[in-house]
Amino acid sequence: MSRQPGLRRGIWPVGVGILALALLCGWALAAEAPQAPIQVLGERRELPNGLVWLFSEAHELPLVTMQLLVKGGLLQEPAEKAGLANLTAQLLLSGTQKRSATTIAQELDFLGAKLSASGGADFATVSLTVLKKDLDRGLDLFQDVVLNPAFAPGEIRRKVTQLKAALKSEEDEPGVVAVREFDRELYGPFPYGRPVRGTAAGLSAITRQDLAVFHRRYWRPNNAILVLVGDLSREEAEKCVTQTFGAWAPGPLAPPKLPPIPPLNEPRVAVVDKDLTQANIVLGSLGIARANPDFYAFQVMNYIFGGGGFSSRLMDHIRENRGLAYSVASSFSPGLEPGPFSVVLETKNASAGEAVSLVLTEMERMRAQPVTGQELADARSYLIGSFPRRMDSMAKRAGLLGYVECYGLGLDYPWRYPELIQHLTPADIQRVAEKYLHPDRYLLVVVGKKSAMPSFAGGASPRKEEEKKDEEKK
Amino acid sequence: MLKLFPRREAQGRRRHAAAPGVLFLVLLLWAWGPAPLQAADAPDPFAGVVEAQLPNSLKVLILKESRAPLISLQVWYKVGSRNEDFGKTGISHLTEHLMFRGTARYGAKVFSREVQKAGGTDNAFTGRDYTAYFENGPKTELKRWLEMEADRMKGLSVTPEGFNTEKKVVLEERRLRTDDDPVSYLLEETRAAAFTAHPYHWPVIGWFHDIESITREDFLKYYHRYYQPNNCTVVVAGDVDPQEALKLVEATFGQLAQGPEPPQVTAVEPRQYGERRVTVRREAQLPYVVMLYHVPNWRQPDAYPLELLSRVLSQGRSSRLYQRLVYQDRLALEAGADYDFDTADPTVFTLYGQPLPGKSAAQLEAALNREIKRLQTELVSATELQKAKNQVQASFYMSLDSLFYRGMILGRLATVARWDLVREFIPKILQVTPEDLRRVARDYLKEDNRTVGVLVPIKTDKPVVERFRPGGQVE
Repeated sequence: MSRQPGLRRGIWPVGVGILALALLCGWALAAEAPQAPIQVLGERRELPNGLVWLFSEAHELPLVTMQLLVKGGLLQEPAEKAGLANLTAQLLLSGTQKRSATTIAQELDFLGAKLSASGGADFATVSLTVLKKDLDRGLDLFQDVVLNPAFAPGEIRRKVTQLKAALKSEEDEPGVVAVREFDRELYGPFPYGRPVRGTAAGLSAITRQDLAVFHRRYWRPNNAILVLVGDLSREEAEKCVTQTFGAWAPGPLAPPKLPPIPPLNEPRVAVVDKDLTQANIVLGSLGIARANPDFYAFQVMNYIFGGGGFSSRLMDHIRENRGLAYSVASSFSPGLEPGPFSVVLETKNASAGEAVSLVLTEMERMRAQPVTGQELADARSYLIGSFPRRMDSMAKRAGLLGYVECYGLGLDYPWRYPELIQHLTPADIQRVAEKYLHPDRYLLVVVGKKSAMPSFAGGASPRKEEEKKDEEKK
Repeated sequence: MLKLFPRREAQGRRRHAAAPGVLFLVLLLWAWGPAPLQAADAPDPFAGVVEAQLPNSLKVLILKESRAPLISLQVWYKVGSRNEDFGKTGISHLTEHLMFRGTARYGAKVFSREVQKAGGTDNAFTGRDYTAYFENGPKTELKRWLEMEADRMKGLSVTPEGFNTEKKVVLEERRLRTDDDPVSYLLEETRAAAFTAHPYHWPVIGWFHDIESITREDFLKYYHRYYQPNNCTVVVAGDVDPQEALKLVEATFGQLAQGPEPPQVTAVEPRQYGERRVTVRREAQLPYVVMLYHVPNWRQPDAYPLELLSRVLSQGRSSRLYQRLVYQDRLALEAGADYDFDTADPTVFTLYGQPLPGKSAAQLEAALNREIKRLQTELVSATELQKAKNQVQASFYMSLDSLFYRGMILGRLATVARWDLVREFIPKILQVTPEDLRRVARDYLKEDNRTVGVLVPIKTDKPVVERFRPGGQVE
């Protein structure tokens, strides 16, 4: 499930410098030392136009990395224009009032700089990485694409054709097909049910006017966050931000009107028949929003259940003991709104029923029995001990800064994190398992060769499956 | 830029971890060399490399990098699918999986759990020329991780049950990566046609039936033959005192006895006289075209112009293939070129592309041919060449943002070439002239020297989604 690029556990960009080194050293001690002095990831400032900007110095490499996050994602686009938020972001690089798409590409490539723009579920992102010596030219480009996109009709047509072709090409990726179907079925009309790239119909419905309006409405400084990490002093950073975005005019903002997420009150099964050797399985239900106070207990529960790689129960039972799958993992994708909680695995068609039963059995066990003290201790020590790796490069540090600001976690988040995890008990973990894992009401999507697979009709155990079959006949 | 082959080149043990292919060609091909000319004030990131060879012939490379209290430990074995035999393909990758099945000291499942407990992460990957294992995490774990890695170089104990279970896992991996992915399948078939005598003929993961029929005895023989200190390079990158780290390596890996020299790979791919064509007909949405040309690798000076040629063709949106085929002509969804600079034996220069709906594979192939012809007749302009050189240098710094990548550069180069090649790369790239580019295009990108693979989609009905809900509804 690849919405919110860059804002997800495991794919946050990385960062550092002398400051970071000091912070990290302090970090290593924090778990045991009583109260360390308050430490922060960087500085947070705000321009008069409402643009919040965050900065962290890193002098190790002659580079500067910038990230602009704009609250203009799936949540803000109308359903009938599916793909509008992402298309708006992507077209920023396809020409401005004074530069053609080709000119932008040539300028960037000549600097060896990297500039990208993409949509997301909650935010659109524009990222730039450039050698320090080329910073002025990089900033000029960055400003131009963000503030003055041309949305030329020819460029729109070109990009829409590409996006439609990419959607089509992805139909050859069974894992993508399965997740798409899962999201659509789980969320119904709610925006998280749609792919970030949109749909062929949605893309066809988008006009130049739609793009211009969407850009004018949401691409505003008071609706954005700017992150800078790199080989700059604080004064240089401030100058960069002011020069680049000081004149950006704020605009009025209204919160999006969102349809409700449909309830899931029973096991629901969708099978997509394709001539494949494996069944691609997604099983799950609604998870939580990032702001939900259960987040930390959920994170530990998920690690033990299926998120912890070779330390997880699902990996242990399904791969290590039975050899049923190469990869099996659970994940939850908390956003501004509740993300999905799901288990994803692939197994040869004939084993699909067995694998699904095992997942459901493990779900039930998470609810019925408390996790062991050892499991809990291992999960805690991993989550706490791996935190320094979430900020050990410039790119990751920039990502983490954006994340803590987007979700209101505070710049001292890395140093408060151990405290949030440390006190959790087996009863806390069981409570969230009971609250969020539902072996009796879930959504199961399977993409595979139907004739080679068992029937999934509502089936948890083989017996239930029989019952459902009977019901179907009625 | 999409790097297509790297993505598919190496097989890892775990899906979401490192995806080593991407990491590194992207990195390696971009990432060489000491400080670029204009950034003379920046330190050479590889200046402090400490190099040693232990009495048992184990190679050690240590790179101090103190941004954070973290390390990357990497153990590189000089064995990959290149070392395999017909009928036993995939045994290198299977062995990599089995390396996690435990020793007498650290039982099955213990290894990764121990690493994760400390907040670290571990994984492994197999390529054509190497198999590598790594742990990334807190520097306090170095001693323990070295002990664990040294222990499993010689002390692996795999039960028949464990062996059979892991084989099943690998077969699932093969289904996932290749058998259910039409483009992967095409690449595998095309490469098999390009290489007839050399073991680059078969895929890293191996042929399905070979994996099925490899026995535990085959594996044990293979493991004992190649998992020897004299066939291995240990890399430690991160916040360490190099002399202390070296002592720890001596106290662990240094205690292992040197083994017999593993057999050398002597196969050489003979010259090709005439184009070969491969067609794959499978259920797919869009066609795909791939062209493989035999070319020299880092051992020949022509490798540097070939490297730049791949960037002129496909790095960035101003590159030729993107501008012409994707942007102007709206012929392709994607199009690119790729070159494997650092390999043990010479490999291929690749061009590839996927036509947009309504465009044909033949049109795309013709367009790729036109671009090759241009390179053979017209000189690349000074500005365009300078752009490619700038891209090499900027990408170098960008890739060094990761400690793990820095370790990978050293480990991979030490295994397939020599690590200090990293210092020669940029200076040699900067010497390349427009005439060099035209010459290598003429010498190697010839029809007689290539294998073309085409994916022809067979028509299928649009898949129907069947939904079931209790109460007997079928929507």
